[in-house]
Amino acid sequence: MKPGKNMSLKSNRCSSNRCWSLAVTWSLGLIGCVLLGSGCTHVNPWERDALADPVMRTDRDPAGTLLSEHMWFSREAASGGRGVGGGGCGCN
Amino acid sequence: MNTSSYPMRALFWSVMCAVLVSLVRPALAASLKEGDPFPKLEDFGLEGSLPDLAGKVVLVDFFASWCEPCRDSFPVMEELQKKYAAKGLIVVAINVDQNIADMKDFLKQHPASFLVLRDAGKRLVARVKIPTMPSSFLLDRSGKVHSVHRGFRGDETRQKYVTEIESLLK
Repeated sequence: MKPGKNMSLKSNRCSSNRCWSLAVTWSLGLIGCVLLGSGCTHVNPWERDALADPVMRTDRDPAGTLLSEHMWFSREAASGGRGVGGGGCGCN
Repeated sequence: MNTSSYPMRALFWSVMCAVLVSLVRPALAASLKEGDPFPKLEDFGLEGSLPDLAGKVVLVDFFASWCEPCRDSFPVMEELQKKYAAKGLIVVAINVDQNIADMKDFLKQHPASFLVLRDAGKRLVARVKIPTMPSSFLLDRSGKVHSVHRGFRGDETRQKYVTEIESLLK
């Protein structure tokens, strides 16, 4: 593909409006993907009141947890992966 | 030089700068550490009557009703206040609950004779950027942070409080 009229392979510099608008579009798209694609967010320690609610605990039903783990292992050969993130106030 | 692309170039670099600032800014806002001056309580719109802390050794503790270790820490802070108040210790507990009703319920179950303030706007706690809940800062008589206590671990933390407070009150 030949370089466009206002693009130079030698200098690698964008000089056309179209080139810069593409750069802006790609940058915004990349930022959007990073922000939306990440499922993680940082919750400050003083904002964890909702996470401290007992219903947010992942281990509030030991029997249910055991059954779920057995099911996941049996059906998907999946195990572990618990204890990452999740609920709780994160105190101490 | 093609000047027609200038607005787009300017927009591109503005976006890049905004991204850079948003990434760097959280890292720059570091939490308070030993030796730093503690922020003045008057600057943060705290609810409650502000004490005169000049020349006092101060234990500032951030707590919330949903924080289990905070419940264990209150009797210890009450004991410290009663034992060392005459020598110049002031205990200040700062609540960060969303609802004031939760704070009041907590205080009914864990009464305290020391000063309790409320940081409803969460401005002080965000400025100090506590590392965990609960966190407490022991300030020397000049208002500087002598030590930062992350969490409350019963007798271990109590012993540290006593040792440090006694060294500062000499």
